[in-house]
Amino acid sequence: MTGYILKRLLSAIPVLFGITLIVFLIMALIPGDPATAILGSYATPENVARLNQELGLDAPMWQRYFIWLGNMLQGDFGRSFALNRPVLDEILERFNATLILAGTAFILCAVFGIIAGVISAANQYGAADKAITFIVLLGISIPSFFLGMMMVLLFAVNLKWLPVSGMVAIYGGGDLPDILKHLTMPALALAVVATGVVARLARSAMLEVLRQDFIRTARAKGVREGSVIWRHALKAAMVSIIPVLGIQAGFVLSGAVYIEMVFQWPGIGRMLVDAILKRDILLVQGGVVFVAACYVLFNIIVDVAQSMLDPRIKT
Amino acid sequence: MRAFFKLLFRNRLAAAGAVVMALVVLLALVTPLLPLMDPDITNTADRFMRPFSEGHLFGTDHLGRDLLSRLMWGTRLSLAVGFAAAIIAAIIGSAIGIIAGYFAGRTDNIIMRFVDMLMAFPYILLALAIVAALGPGLMNALIAVAAVNIPFFARNIRGITVGIAHQEFVDAAKLAGLGHTKIILSEVLPNVVPVIVIAMSTTIGWMILETAGLSFLGLGSQPPQADLGSMLGEARSALITSPHTSIVPGFMILVIVMAINLLGDGVRDALDPRLKSGALSRPTATTQIASDRVAAASANDNAILSINNLQTQFHIKDRIYKAVGGVDLDVKPGECLGIIGESGSGKSVTALSVMGLVASPPGIITGGSVIYEGEDLIGAPYEKLRSYRGNRIAYIFQDPLATLHPLYKVGDQLAEAIRCHHHVSKTAARAKAVDLLKSVRIPNPEDRAESYPHELSGGMRQRIGIAMALANDPDIIIADEPTTALDVTVQAQILALLNDLRREHGLAIIFITHDFGVVAQLCDRVAVMYAGRIVETGETDTILADPAHPYTKRLIACVPELGGGRRQLAAIPGLPPVVDKLPDGCAFAERCEKCRTECTVGDIPLRISGSRAVRCLYPETELARETA
Repeated sequence: MTGYILKRLLSAIPVLFGITLIVFLIMALIPGDPATAILGSYATPENVARLNQELGLDAPMWQRYFIWLGNMLQGDFGRSFALNRPVLDEILERFNATLILAGTAFILCAVFGIIAGVISAANQYGAADKAITFIVLLGISIPSFFLGMMMVLLFAVNLKWLPVSGMVAIYGGGDLPDILKHLTMPALALAVVATGVVARLARSAMLEVLRQDFIRTARAKGVREGSVIWRHALKAAMVSIIPVLGIQAGFVLSGAVYIEMVFQWPGIGRMLVDAILKRDILLVQGGVVFVAACYVLFNIIVDVAQSMLDPRIKT
Repeated sequence: MRAFFKLLFRNRLAAAGAVVMALVVLLALVTPLLPLMDPDITNTADRFMRPFSEGHLFGTDHLGRDLLSRLMWGTRLSLAVGFAAAIIAAIIGSAIGIIAGYFAGRTDNIIMRFVDMLMAFPYILLALAIVAALGPGLMNALIAVAAVNIPFFARNIRGITVGIAHQEFVDAAKLAGLGHTKIILSEVLPNVVPVIVIAMSTTIGWMILETAGLSFLGLGSQPPQADLGSMLGEARSALITSPHTSIVPGFMILVIVMAINLLGDGVRDALDPRLKSGALSRPTATTQIASDRVAAASANDNAILSINNLQTQFHIKDRIYKAVGGVDLDVKPGECLGIIGESGSGKSVTALSVMGLVASPPGIITGGSVIYEGEDLIGAPYEKLRSYRGNRIAYIFQDPLATLHPLYKVGDQLAEAIRCHHHVSKTAARAKAVDLLKSVRIPNPEDRAESYPHELSGGMRQRIGIAMALANDPDIIIADEPTTALDVTVQAQILALLNDLRREHGLAIIFITHDFGVVAQLCDRVAVMYAGRIVETGETDTILADPAHPYTKRLIACVPELGGGRRQLAAIPGLPPVVDKLPDGCAFAERCEKCRTECTVGDIPLRISGSRAVRCLYPETELARETA
């Protein structure tokens, strides 16, 4: 198992390089002089020249890439101009908040998606199946930012159950119950779409498995139907559900950008949008590379989980 | 194509989606012609007017602009951007995919590596990076959304192209000296276009959502121009005071995306052949039983299991397949009864009907009874049936790789079989499992219990299957072609094992096979099935020596004899009749050499004579004479 994990980690290295290269190439699309783009069109020529030198922007492109990469490997993601602090510090602080939000939403979508999918498949064409199918369809069709806004209207404004926005109360907040209260709505709004996708897939994976011969064997053995569904069938269905969970993690991370805007959540998505609007290029670059790298690492965890579930995968 | 649309519109939800989508597109197209107010004229005196105000059906927004008009123009813009992004992504992505798939080798490798890297990003990060580089704006958002979706098309289309690039017509074109461009355009492209269209129909909803999302973040359309996303984004600050300005555009996005999703699902379902055949139905815990079933009484008192006039059908769409058309069988304690017939003769379905294991839907038991210890198992409550399954009546199935759970260790699967019916500890069950492995002559049973099914040989797996059937010391084992998937030497070992176990445990066995050689080795009595009915029964020896039904005779002739080189091995010409339209009279008539006109009219009864019975007007041997 350790060998397999090492192997997967090693195979991630070229992907991580590829990610930095792609981000670098995209940033090379910036029309005109990057230093001007960073400093804005009112910058003095001296400042532009100085920045160019500071960032090594006067060097040829391939050199610039390796300088940037080398710096990042040493933990130096550059300095944010708008915030006037090291990019990495800002990223780490913001990523924490995103992790709480996206992590919660991910767990919600995995748990509820799988449960809904299994119930749906076990009662195919029954009332529960129809109800779940309809809710799922609604869930995957509603834009998460719109859903978030509607939840604010209902739960925060009309029912006054939950706070409108933010991660902690401005005065006297910050403990766990306070964070949970602030977390509930954004996490739910973020989880809905992914839950729908997982539920759909879990349903069809379960239907596929329930027709297999080994399910008939389990029944012929006298295994209780509940156990046939939730142990025998679900375990086999997980083989096709787990990879989709890996993909959904990417969608949850993406959706977090919108949800952070709606709920003023101090996460990395809002940081990126602000940085784009302020043309804080280094912050965008660093943030994108960082989150993409985390996503790659998360998918390694998914692969390892898959190999632990399925003994047929050569480890 | 027409069949496809018929299928699509039979799905009412998909039809509703199509109608809504058509309506929205139509409205978007005619928007410039409608007498709407200018969407960009601000009138701060009239800001935040409620819906249904005079002159403003949906009210006004924070600058006093007419919401209805803005909604229509915004929808138009959102649709246009979404469609444009889909088309751009489809064209570029498909081009990349076709090139990679067609040229294969290194070109393919390099391109697909790059595509994989793009796919390693959560999609919005890539879009944000592109917008960050190009600057906010609707055009740039469109480019970003299109770019993000290119890998999806590239990968899908490459897969299809790889399949096409190796087909004869492409090779023929190459031999004819056509250039690559020409081959791609004239041979490959026409074959991938349908796939491209389907991929577009499933992603277009996403693209509309994604561009709306970017606009919502303020990175897409810039004021005063507004698509649905930026309308929602601008309305956000007034969400609490004037919710209608958010609800109107948000609801529109929901309607559009939902209509597209419904339509997309309908398209997918209409193209999926498995849905038509009902193959995606999940079998229920027990076979369905027709409410008008007539339970037949048992004729034989000393049988441990008595099947009486059993009828099992498959209802697929409006066709009825009579897989089992009235079968009577008795098994005495300790007896081995063979059921023999070609595939499709209904022998497996008969066996599975006993414990309600016929997949249902589409299976349904429409008549007859199965009497075990004086009780009718057909129609017994689920919990009763379950407590008998594997406990009193156990099954051995054909292909042990498919019938054992691939993700559980065999020891655990055996232990589970025990714990289903006995309250014993996990360790005790596990110890019993190892004993069971020993009893079916598996070497190193402790180690083997830790193996997964895929780590064992076919013969070994079938021994596990047998061990599982023995787990609770059942009265009856129903073995459904347990040796068919095995090679001959292993087959002989398994048969010998079953024979030994049967004597040790005093088991009754129902042995299903298509091989008279196997029947001869193991069975006391045999029932020959054809097209869902029994055509002959009797003691194995007498039937082998003196078959009465022409079909039985032909089946016996199929068995090769060691050293008996003189006899010709004869396959039976023709195929068994399809059981949804059985002919009148004898089902075998069409393939029978002795067929006469009487054979094709009316129902031919099973004539019983002592221990033998035959369903034939002109049997090969007169039964009455025998019993006399």
